[in-house]
Amino acid sequence: MRILFLLLLAFPAMAQTPEVERVVAATFADAPEAWKSRVTQDETQALCSLRRNEPTKAEAMAIEAREKATVKIPAEIAGSWKKGEDIAQNGRGNQFSDPAGTVAGGNCYACHQMAPAELSYGTLGPSLMHYGKLKDFAPAAAREAYGKVYNAQSVTACSTMPRFGHNGVLSEQQIKDVVAYLFDPASPVNAPVK
Amino acid sequence: MRFAAILLLALTVTAAHAQDSDSEKEIERYRAMINDPMANPGYLAVDRGEQIWAEKRGSKAASLEGCDLGVGPGVLEGAFAHLPRYFADADQVMDLEQRLLFCMKTVQGLDTKPILTNRFSAPGKASDMEDLVAFIANKSNGMKLQAPLEHPKEKAAYAVGEAMFYRRSAVNDFACATCHGDDGKRIRLQGLPNFSKPNSGAQETMGSWPTYRVSQSALRTMQHRLWDCYRQMRMPVPVYGSEGLTALTVYLAQVGGNAVINVPSIKR
Repeated sequence: MRILFLLLLAFPAMAQTPEVERVVAATFADAPEAWKSRVTQDETQALCSLRRNEPTKAEAMAIEAREKATVKIPAEIAGSWKKGEDIAQNGRGNQFSDPAGTVAGGNCYACHQMAPAELSYGTLGPSLMHYGKLKDFAPAAAREAYGKVYNAQSVTACSTMPRFGHNGVLSEQQIKDVVAYLFDPASPVNAPVK
Repeated sequence: MRFAAILLLALTVTAAHAQDSDSEKEIERYRAMINDPMANPGYLAVDRGEQIWAEKRGSKAASLEGCDLGVGPGVLEGAFAHLPRYFADADQVMDLEQRLLFCMKTVQGLDTKPILTNRFSAPGKASDMEDLVAFIANKSNGMKLQAPLEHPKEKAAYAVGEAMFYRRSAVNDFACATCHGDDGKRIRLQGLPNFSKPNSGAQETMGSWPTYRVSQSALRTMQHRLWDCYRQMRMPVPVYGSEGLTALTVYLAQVGGNAVINVPSIKR
């Protein structure tokens, strides 16, 4: 009985069910050694999957606290908005079709509207048009944005946005460049709508 | 090549128009193009598939005409409309591609290794699987997609497929549901069908695979579509004909259930 209770307690933090995990493992059984870790889930992925991205309040707080602990926000965010734009446009990297050594982009435009001049943007995430301007170009807001891009779930548990820094998709400098793309007054993101 | 470029243009225009409200004429033209074997290169695969189906091959020098796709040995009409399904002889749920591989081994005594190596066609390299799927699925045109959900193993596959749909992993934390969990979303300008609940968008998708992909100049099956989804999810290559891909297809066939099948279609 006590074991059952402990199991129930532990369950949310575990993978979905043994049967699902067995099938998933078999589906990706051919994965090369270096890719195997992508098939298994960390605690946050497992819980968000189980809750279909709607964790309880207590679970959300636990996730955000755990993820926040992974984020180091630099005192000053110095980056190049031009490089940030390239990163926002670039959807390459980490796919099994990519040549080895491909530097990954952030692919921000897949999901977000950003510069008003770029009409090819996705709608899975909120519009970020004029983001820096709307935040009065405040350095504190830029630091918050860095934290959000580094680890979206440090801000919102089970956010559908990738944890770019935490998962090693983008480097710290790349994230600074993306933040510059959002916050530099000269960035096209903050240009007026024509 | 020029043909492909013109088709791609036509489809892009069609897709753009489809977002407007007065797109009826364009959609009608698109439908006519899909159904015209002279305009849809996917029908070349249908013709090749017909020959492969009847060809005597393997150690048993048998054709696939002895293969039971679920509605009786050699019966093609309506078979695809009721897949994936549970097969007692294999004691597992199978989609069309898994079932064909099973029949190649058991009915024909065929070595499936080269078949699997060529599972996806490339320029100058045809795929028996793509051709067979095009031929067989086409025989369900006009029928409704009604994959059975009665056998305990069909129900179990559905549950696994649904869980896989919401399962987040890999470096981008993506699940299928990340992109296909809501209505009216898009990646860049590409519209995304919602597979989190039964709806007409999910039906349109499930009723239109296999399809001729103009950008790839190839007929592609649902196995390839899911392979490409996992590529974009930054996951490793999924095993072709695996239990997991079939489980996902069982789930998708319910969410897109009662779709009217019209294949091979043409997509960008």
